[in-house]
Amino acid sequence: MVMTEHAPATSKRAARPAPRTRKAWNPNKKRKSWTLTAVMTLGLIYSLLPLFWLLVNASKTQANLFSTNGMWFGGHFALFDNIRQTLTYNGDEFLHWFGNTLLYVVVGAGGATFLATLGGYGLAKFDFPGKRGVLAVVLGAVAVPSTALAVPTFLMFSKVGLVNTPWAIIIPSLINPFGLYLMWIFARDAIPTELLEAARVDGAREWRIFFSITLRLLRPGMITVLLFAVVATWNNYFLPLIMLNQPKWYPLTVGLYQWNAQSQTAGGTAIFNLVLTGSLLTIVPIMIAFLVMQRYWQSGLTAGSVKQ
Amino acid sequence: MTATTRTARTWRRGAAVLAAGALAAASLSACSSSSSGSGSSSGSTASASDIAAALQKKSSITVWAWAPQTKDIVAAFKKKYPNVTVNLVNAGTATTEYTKLQNAIKSGSGVPDVSQIEYYALPQFALAGSLDNLDDYGLGSLKSDYSSAVWDSVNVNGQREGLPQDTGPVAMFYNEKIFKQYGLTLPTTWDEYVADAVKLHAANPNEYITNDTGDPGFLSSMIWDAGGKPFQTSGTTNVSINTQDAGTKKFADTWNKMISKGLVDPVTSWSNQWYTGLGNGAIASLVIGAWMPGNLETGVAAASGDWRVAPMPTWTSGAPAATSENGGSSYAVMKASKNALVAAAFDQFMNAGEGETIFANEGGFPSLNSVLNSSSFLDQAPAYFGGQKINQVLSAAAGSVIPGWSFMPFQVYADSIFPDTVGKAYSAKTDLNAAIKAWVQASATYGQQQGFNVTVK
Repeated sequence: MVMTEHAPATSKRAARPAPRTRKAWNPNKKRKSWTLTAVMTLGLIYSLLPLFWLLVNASKTQANLFSTNGMWFGGHFALFDNIRQTLTYNGDEFLHWFGNTLLYVVVGAGGATFLATLGGYGLAKFDFPGKRGVLAVVLGAVAVPSTALAVPTFLMFSKVGLVNTPWAIIIPSLINPFGLYLMWIFARDAIPTELLEAARVDGAREWRIFFSITLRLLRPGMITVLLFAVVATWNNYFLPLIMLNQPKWYPLTVGLYQWNAQSQTAGGTAIFNLVLTGSLLTIVPIMIAFLVMQRYWQSGLTAGSVKQ
Repeated sequence: MTATTRTARTWRRGAAVLAAGALAAASLSACSSSSSGSGSSSGSTASASDIAAALQKKSSITVWAWAPQTKDIVAAFKKKYPNVTVNLVNAGTATTEYTKLQNAIKSGSGVPDVSQIEYYALPQFALAGSLDNLDDYGLGSLKSDYSSAVWDSVNVNGQREGLPQDTGPVAMFYNEKIFKQYGLTLPTTWDEYVADAVKLHAANPNEYITNDTGDPGFLSSMIWDAGGKPFQTSGTTNVSINTQDAGTKKFADTWNKMISKGLVDPVTSWSNQWYTGLGNGAIASLVIGAWMPGNLETGVAAASGDWRVAPMPTWTSGAPAATSENGGSSYAVMKASKNALVAAAFDQFMNAGEGETIFANEGGFPSLNSVLNSSSFLDQAPAYFGGQKINQVLSAAAGSVIPGWSFMPFQVYADSIFPDTVGKAYSAKTDLNAAIKAWVQASATYGQQQGFNVTVK
């Protein structure tokens, strides 16, 4: 396609040697860059190699784990046996932790998304005194990593008696300043103020406007925030590590860490095969979530990037 | 928009890394800042009948432990005392648990009644006044049931701060197949050990007598074995550290030879390569605690039948057997316990009663003399060790541990910074004496900040 477009131009100048002038940059013209391809290939290998390693090693028995080549399948293919053992080890501990993670993700990340949507919409479409102050606080809060708040939150929660309960994980997960900021920007551009005025003129109450109009228009943004929140909550490690002492409330991340620590302790039983298989099982749901929600994710990220 | 998002995310990630580092430091100092707490109350001694009565009442205790055998010990306890509910919680392994325990003590809620604490961490909690003196429950009389070295380990500032469960008397685990293949004689002294190291590595550059990249537990056990006592604590706050300690020098000089000649496999213990090396014979021996058989059997199944156990080499030829401890746990009754009588009774059941037999039967290395010397324990001949009656060697080691050792009351922190100083000397092949001095100095600075009066000689 590129060739045909430029064919007439080149034929006219066929007699002369091609001038070495630089052509104007054309965004639609596809040029092959070996450097770029090489860099991207390296990036691809860098991202996929650990996954491949995980898959390979999750298929080995504990005995074969250290006696066969780590980068290729070796010995008895034990993936399914490992999965069965992982799910049943120590009284179905893994399934229990899986349930906990789901609870934290559904309530924590779901709640965070809902709150961010509500707040973002309010900030974008309503005027009230102190709005600039709220903006400053939200932007400031985006800059504070949640890890830094874990210890102060722990001390606060232990005073209130919330430590060692699921609330210690859920409540901090509900607060997502980055999601709020994203929803604010998204709502500002995605919802025409005229539409809201029209609805008000038609006699719709604010709650009805929010649930019937706003939520539908904000769906791509919400999915983006939801994905951010789901990933953050699913991978949350530090907060549950310090908040929870009871394995019965552990999420998968902390539980797997405990299995790993047990394998590396004086007199402990080595269950590295279960740690690996457990890690593999842990990332499967998050991969599925990404693939399923991918198209919303893309449209959500680019929303508002071009002023219409 | 896309650009903002991406930079915001990258920035956040960077900030998170920074903050995590800062936080690690902050939480560490939060850990031990309560060490200026009160000493011990010389409470009235509970009589045996008080304890017996408490055990018949309906009550509950919480036990923090990570040893896998605890589950069955708790079940046996419940069977014997059906009115007592025991909540067994695995709050994390070793340092993870200590951090949580410190946090719970600091916040004043969620402190368990009984807690598993390794010997090297016991002084930290004991001197901070977080543990009950077990003499108050009449458990001081159990002294004769343990070897004097083990009893010393739970004895902090003249108080019995815990009951020993497992111990790690050090022995030499060696790969007999490799020893035979390369014609090595079993070393009985450290000079012979070094000679074997030279011979093995010369015969095959892929073979090493052992691995080490700087392991604080190993260092302590080696200094201990060499007769060193570099750390002394008097009262609850006075710590003196002797960098001129003869035992420390003896070990450092020997190990300097090993490291400078590249005779030690630069592989970190518990890493992938470590397990691989133990399995294929690249690491031919380990001078390590008596709890190692369980780790070998489950972690290094590939080398089944190859490994044997021998006493730890001695420093002078013909010297009587002398060894040290590497690892091992005690169980303490927490001062915050509201049900201390039952907690103490559980501690006794677990570690000085039936629990210790269950522990040994399930692969733990016991501390109680009666279990250590029982024929059922001594006569075990695991196939993994080619049918060798390894417990006879290990039990003898338990009896020849040099008494009188003590750790720094901030040993947990000190061990955590070990790689920064001594670990670096391993990789740079510089003098260990100087590195140990630097490590001790950095640890002392920390101890000072925690309110200890530390003198470094």
